[in-house]
Amino acid sequence: MLTNVWLVLLFPLLGFLWCLVFGRLWPRLSGWVASLAIGAAFAASVSVLVGLLALVPGDRVRVGTLYTWIGSGAVTVPLGILVDPLSTVMILIVTGVSFVIHVYALGYMAGDPGYGRFFAYLNLFVLAMVLLVLAGNFLVLMVGWAGVGLCSYLLIAFWFERPEAAAAGVKAFVVNAIGDAGLILAAALILTTFKTLDYVTVFQEAPRLLTPGGGTVTAITLLLLVAAVAKSAQLPLYVWLPDAMAGPTPVSALIHAATMVTAGVYLIARAAPLFTLAPLTMGIIAWIGAITALFAATIGLVKPNIKRVLAYSTVSQIGYMFLAVGIGGFAAGIFHLMTHAFFKALLFLAAGAVIHALGGEEDMRRMGGLRAHLPAAYWTFLAAALAIAGFPGFAGFFSKDEIITLAFTARTGSAALGVIALVTAGLTAVYMFRVFFLTFHGKPRLDPQAVEHLHRPGAVMVVPLIVLGVLSVVGGYVQFPGEGFGDFLLPAFTFFGVQPVVVYGLNGGIAAASSLVALAGIGIAWLVWQKYPTTPEALGRALAPVHAALLNDYGVDALYGLVVVGAVRGLGVLCARVVDGLVLNGIVDGVGTAVRGLSAGVAHLESGYVRTYAVAILAGVIVILAFLVRGGL
Amino acid sequence: MGLIIFGILAVVAVAGAMGMVFARNAVYSALCLVVTFLCIALLYLSLSADFLAVVQVIVYAGAIMVLFLFVITLLNPSRAETPDRLRGQGWVAGILALVLLAEIGAAVASGLLRALPSPTPPAVSWSVNNAQVVGAALYSQFLFPFEVVSLLLLVAIIGATVLAKRRL
Amino acid sequence: MLAPLSDYLILSALLFTIGIFGFLYRKNPLIMFMSIELMLNAANLTFVAFGRYLGQVSGQVMVFFILTIAAAEVVVGLAIIVAIFRARASIDVDEIHLLRD
Repeated sequence: MLTNVWLVLLFPLLGFLWCLVFGRLWPRLSGWVASLAIGAAFAASVSVLVGLLALVPGDRVRVGTLYTWIGSGAVTVPLGILVDPLSTVMILIVTGVSFVIHVYALGYMAGDPGYGRFFAYLNLFVLAMVLLVLAGNFLVLMVGWAGVGLCSYLLIAFWFERPEAAAAGVKAFVVNAIGDAGLILAAALILTTFKTLDYVTVFQEAPRLLTPGGGTVTAITLLLLVAAVAKSAQLPLYVWLPDAMAGPTPVSALIHAATMVTAGVYLIARAAPLFTLAPLTMGIIAWIGAITALFAATIGLVKPNIKRVLAYSTVSQIGYMFLAVGIGGFAAGIFHLMTHAFFKALLFLAAGAVIHALGGEEDMRRMGGLRAHLPAAYWTFLAAALAIAGFPGFAGFFSKDEIITLAFTARTGSAALGVIALVTAGLTAVYMFRVFFLTFHGKPRLDPQAVEHLHRPGAVMVVPLIVLGVLSVVGGYVQFPGEGFGDFLLPAFTFFGVQPVVVYGLNGGIAAASSLVALAGIGIAWLVWQKYPTTPEALGRALAPVHAALLNDYGVDALYGLVVVGAVRGLGVLCARVVDGLVLNGIVDGVGTAVRGLSAGVAHLESGYVRTYAVAILAGVIVILAFLVRGGL
Repeated sequence: MGLIIFGILAVVAVAGAMGMVFARNAVYSALCLVVTFLCIALLYLSLSADFLAVVQVIVYAGAIMVLFLFVITLLNPSRAETPDRLRGQGWVAGILALVLLAEIGAAVASGLLRALPSPTPPAVSWSVNNAQVVGAALYSQFLFPFEVVSLLLLVAIIGATVLAKRRL
Repeated sequence: MLAPLSDYLILSALLFTIGIFGFLYRKNPLIMFMSIELMLNAANLTFVAFGRYLGQVSGQVMVFFILTIAAAEVVVGLAIIVAIFRARASIDVDEIHLLRD
């Protein structure tokens, strides 16, 4: 059963190759082939799970090698994978959600000229993501990491004729390059310290070779953190994610909500044996997560573009995951990763249904009253919104609660972190239901043209919505039966001696508090955007500077544009004008000028005038004489 | 006594040389040079080189300078010199000449530190029959150069004759 | 009766230098030639002076040869100058500059 894990890699690869070859010829067929490939991969993942469950909990870590990839002197790097509860959970999430989104995309992308290319890229992405998650050493991880980065770029800039899409793709790639640099440096440090990049060896030797809290481990973990922050769009490297919404909605759902952006969290969880040896880095992770969560949530309150709000929501929710793993609650973080995958993907897909129905409209100021037109989208969006707000009983409630509880109760947590988490939970409810009310309720502000051509999503788009909707409701309950989700994940960590911080059962007080906060948020949203729809404008005028700041993401993008882009462009101009123009051209031209000047000077010696020659001879005689006289003296 | 004579002769010789260099008229230059040659001949006398002094007068002042004067008059001596087209030549020449003088002076001075020889009386007195002494050396020790020089003179004569022809 | 050797040397150096200066300064080829003669004479004076002070007659013999060669040189040189400048309007050595680059 466990050997089926290779199929999880093989099927997406075959799907990609098919779409590459036949995508243009038979686009519709290729779409189905791609989707089925992912479906098969999901089935294989399930069989891997079954196989894993058959093993004793303490024994659920297996390593497999395809072949020795690099054998150079003392360093050998195999193309190896690691199968354990953590990677199994991840491949299930990735292939499962991918499959659902593939099916959705069959309908969403219908009629697009790049249909075949789209599915090729999607399959390639799944392949890279699965490789990232299944990697057994840091080098294979990097291959997957770079692969998902590439696919992200390709898919964001899918409609490359649109300048904003192309620019967004480049922006994502460049910001992620910073993360890639961090990852490479971290791997180099690991290589020099451990002489190997293999996970098992590194994690087992870590306590022996690294001093806890010491310089080396802190450096390694900080570099890994840079990579995670870039990929998972946290402060200060989150700027690429809102712009990435220029890509098609299925891409936003899959890559920028459910899977790729969670790679950073996965990395931290996977390298937990290293991170637990660096308490400083852990603290930084927790605070980055908390502050990012709050930061992004506030921005979500004012943005008019529906996908952008969801993007900031993603940044905020990943902040929660960072907070969790920063405190040491690795299992809790992964749990939230899973529930978030469900409801965030659903939110995007439902929003996509709305956008698709309205012929491409993304501005919520031109939506409203769509409940009647798009019932499937309405109900599923509501389910997902309740989940993300943490409404009791839905999936998000359990995972978010666990994190807030950890923040307050864990030794490595703090009340401050807990309060931030709680406040952010409230804000989450507010902005999410803002979207809900603006889009589906209220007086329609629709463009009449759009209403005329409004076409409801077909079954191929609705069924995925429903599937995800169900998961958003029940997904949280995996935590409860006998071998709960947390317990299932535990051996992945304890195998290497890491003891994640866990919470068992619900903390009554916190559960009550968070439920209250969620309900309050929903209520506030209802009041401000539904009951008294003029309130937002009034508030906006009253708090104009705050409003402006939020609308411009606190000026972060502008700051980057000025400092980073400006600096690089300045460097470019410097190089072009000074280095190339003056220095290099100067040298080349200077050589010519020098030679010309030299020859002109030398030419004077052959003037043809006897007396000039005589002067030269005399000068020579004087010099020779000087030597003789000096010798005599 | 000898010093005074030397001093007078030296001054006149130098004056003649300067006159030769700076005289505008080429004929005057030649005549100044003749004066210098005569002074040098007298200096030879003071150095017990009697034969040489006479030969100097006869050959240099009598033959060579006459030849010069012939050519000067042949090539229209009254033409004025055009301004020098080589700027700065005068200054360069002056400076280099002074440097050379300084160097030679330094060489002489260094010789002074290591005591120049005082006049050695010759093996046979020269003043009695200087020509005989010179001739003896010429036909014994310096026979080969003597013959070569005579050949040289032949070449010079032939060369001059050829060069002076209007049509070969 | 004799002045010290150094005096003779300084005098001949002076004459030599004046000769050089004259050669470089004047444009008239005849004057330049005369300057060369002056230089040769200065060298002659040095030879004779040293010959006298060292008691050797070879100093005078050298002068003999130099004198002879100078005469030959004057003959040929003047023949050349006549050949070059007979047809020209000016006697200016700077006019002869065709061997330039």
